Amino acid sequence: MSRKVIGSRVILCLAALLLAGGRVAWAAGSAAPQAMHIMEGFLPPAWAAFWFAVALPFWVLGFRRIRRLVAEKPETRLLLGLAGAFTFVLSALKLPSVTGSSSHPTGTGLGAILFGPLEMSILGTIALIFQALLIAHGGLTTLGANATSMAIVGPLVAFGVWRGLRDRLPQGWAVFLAAALADLITYVVTSAQLALAYPDPTGGFVAAFAKFGAIFAVTQVPLAISEGILTVLIFNALRSSAPAELQALGLKGA
Amino acid sequence: MSAAPISSSRRGLTVLLVAIVVVLAVAPLFLHRDSEFGGADGAAEGAIAEIAPDYQPWFSPVWEPPGGETESLLFALQAALGAGFIGYFFGLKRGARQSGR
Repeated sequence: MSRKVIGSRVILCLAALLLAGGRVAWAAGSAAPQAMHIMEGFLPPAWAAFWFAVALPFWVLGFRRIRRLVAEKPETRLLLGLAGAFTFVLSALKLPSVTGSSSHPTGTGLGAILFGPLEMSILGTIALIFQALLIAHGGLTTLGANATSMAIVGPLVAFGVWRGLRDRLPQGWAVFLAAALADLITYVVTSAQLALAYPDPTGGFVAAFAKFGAIFAVTQVPLAISEGILTVLIFNALRSSAPAELQALGLKGA
Repeated sequence: MSAAPISSSRRGLTVLLVAIVVVLAVAPLFLHRDSEFGGADGAAEGAIAEIAPDYQPWFSPVWEPPGGETESLLFALQAALGAGFIGYFFGLKRGARQSGR
């Protein structure tokens, strides 16, 4: 049996497990809708400022890297737009999940793999600003915190996973894991941010983290799988359609 | 044609992957017929209210869509912008390939 066939079987089994798991979670009454982004005004000013301070260096470095990239390799400009567009589409899709609530993917894995986490911090933040200003989803005061989770830590994880696995696994699997884990970690960071700002009166940070984490843990897993698969699909399309650009970025084409 | 022909096994894999995404998105609708699939940021608000009942948001959105319809319009616009660009990109690449670069 080829590796590919085994891979597809593993995916199918995972999907079946998840569907079953979602049912159980629902029956246990742990279903609650959740937020992807922290809402406007929902972080105390000190924490809002703290996360801006965390995000700022990434924005500065990311901005410089993008400027240099565009100057040195102008042929990658379109691809840069594509990575941004992918985040736009994915973060607009509120998908139903097995827990009976909806959430949306992030789309940051692709850009992190193609360009790197610093470049992606800018692209992800653009999508966040769009949502904060036009849709009142997320917010301007919480932009630093949301950028840290979605546009910085997510891409950092994607990049790390991709770099660590690309020579050990078939390329598709490395892309899948990078994108799916970036999606998951985004929500872990969001819960940690909420728990830091709102520690439980008795259990402290840990209890609050468990509480916020439980809200989305099961919901987000199938979405992370969807995000991983969608990223693999577009990456495969790029390998056959834009091998020259991938090569310019130091990635192997088809 | 300069591009390598796409093998049938690769096409099969693509179809399978798309099918999994569709199943993951559609199956929940049948698993929970009584749910409205509320997304939304409302519930994290609920969790915060439980832990810190006295918290008052200190800043409100500069502008908020008047209702669900306008909000879905803007989400659709966001997706359309992204999808439009993705379509443009792959269309451009295909055209370039067909005209021999």
